[in-house]
Amino acid sequence: MQEYRLLSTSGLLGYGFPEASLAAGMQRQPHMIGVDGGSTDPGPYYLGSGKCVNSRMAMKRDLQLMLRAARAQRIPMVIGSCGGAGGEPHLQTVVSIVREIAREDGLRFRLAVIHAEQDKAWVKKKLREGQVKALRNVRELDDATIDRATRIVGMMGPEPFQRALDEGADVILAGRSSDPAPWAGCATRAQLPPAPSWYAGKMLECGATAALPKGHDCLLTSVDRGGVVLEAMNPIRLCTPFSVANHSLHENASPCFHIEPGGLLDTSDCVFEAVNDRAVRVSGMRWTQQPYTVKLEGAELVGHRAITICGTRDPMLVGMIHEFLGSVRENVSVKATAFGVTPDKYKLVIRTYGANGVMSGWEPVARTQSHELGFVVEVIAQTQELANAVLAIARVQMLHVDFAGRMCKEGNMAFPYSPSDIETAPAYRFSVFHTVAIDDPCAPFPIEYEAL
Amino acid sequence: MARIRDIAKACKSKNAGPFELTIDVVFDDRKLFERVRRTGVLCPALFARLYKVRPEDVLFTEYPAGNAFKATIPRLVASGDVGDTDVYGAQQHAPLLDVEVPI
Repeated sequence: MQEYRLLSTSGLLGYGFPEASLAAGMQRQPHMIGVDGGSTDPGPYYLGSGKCVNSRMAMKRDLQLMLRAARAQRIPMVIGSCGGAGGEPHLQTVVSIVREIAREDGLRFRLAVIHAEQDKAWVKKKLREGQVKALRNVRELDDATIDRATRIVGMMGPEPFQRALDEGADVILAGRSSDPAPWAGCATRAQLPPAPSWYAGKMLECGATAALPKGHDCLLTSVDRGGVVLEAMNPIRLCTPFSVANHSLHENASPCFHIEPGGLLDTSDCVFEAVNDRAVRVSGMRWTQQPYTVKLEGAELVGHRAITICGTRDPMLVGMIHEFLGSVRENVSVKATAFGVTPDKYKLVIRTYGANGVMSGWEPVARTQSHELGFVVEVIAQTQELANAVLAIARVQMLHVDFAGRMCKEGNMAFPYSPSDIETAPAYRFSVFHTVAIDDPCAPFPIEYEAL
Repeated sequence: MARIRDIAKACKSKNAGPFELTIDVVFDDRKLFERVRRTGVLCPALFARLYKVRPEDVLFTEYPAGNAFKATIPRLVASGDVGDTDVYGAQQHAPLLDVEVPI
């Protein structure tokens, strides 16, 4: 094939896109349509809990329009990292939406579902064999960490997508995938070279983010043997050499070297040229094959969390906030210990907005100039009951602890809510962020087919 | 002397994965980018000082194609872990805004 055209509808499944942009994109007769489903960006909760980052309603709206368009032109619809984190519950949520749409719209197609959750025994075996490596700033993996993880996903490369297409899939819903992999898989399967195919994937996974103005919208990318051409499908958005070059800075450690399953995409010598006033051609990217690794992502439960929100407008308190919060912590420790909850059984975090709530340890301003301060007081403990109990004590201390020169003797804090104490969802942390070397790129990612 | 906030087109931060933060300073045109580059102000030592990390832990890239400088540093707390203040890492750029560049 001389030219392979890929249409991405948005930066994330469920972010939405204008219907007119999709229609404009379909008029260009793309060879496939897709959207990236996932990210680690919203934090560890989603992988840990199995919840989707976007709502079912928003995902269904996007999927319905895309499925109708894909089936009308008989082109594949391909979605990686379904539901955000790309674990089994996330994938099954998206599969259930697609089944529902097929039923409602009377659409018939062959669905491939590619699983990405990894068996802990397999991860331990690979660890014993010395095939697991920590990514930068991550601790080495051990068996205990694997055991504690509520879920571990592997990030698939392009090969499982290619296999599903080879085996006749019309629609592919995949668990956790390298963001460019679905696109790179389709383009390389059409015999286009890996360098422009991976580059196209890196742009398409963010929808029209590479255009100006940025927005959640459709991007068409044509891959040929020498490069790619990018064009946003909404007439208000323009791809310029500058906007496209700058997109290589987005959410990665280096704008030039991108490590992917099976190789390295090197964009250091890319050339960006305007094709016209709204499309850009990029050439000069290089792909170097490397030993095949996939990334593993895992999350573990930290505990249960309760928070309260309050603020002070008292200048004396603002002036001695550091000492005040020290007293609060000390009192919480004494009072919680009195009912049997020692400080090792919980974590108390007090965030001070107006001082260092945003940057904490990186905040260079030593003394706030603010006339009011806002607080989010947070307790994390092994059970919700414990977290609630300690938070209630912390709330009372925030309200009533005495300080030198105190005028506001009826209460130190304004609380905007009753109830003031809020149970949030369980807290997770990313605990696995490692690569594992594998021989068969498809083996960890089994595919199931379903006729709809 | 000019402050970054007065001469840059963008100055932004974001996660590069949950364990690293990446900071970009982008200029409007190549000429300005080159003038700033020649001063040597934007360098690993600057990011190390502002973000209290070792210079060898700063992955620094000059990116002429995007008229940009990029620095990637380890996070103090991983995204979303206990005590993290910025899950997306999108509000950690401010210390750079007042950095003065002798151009």
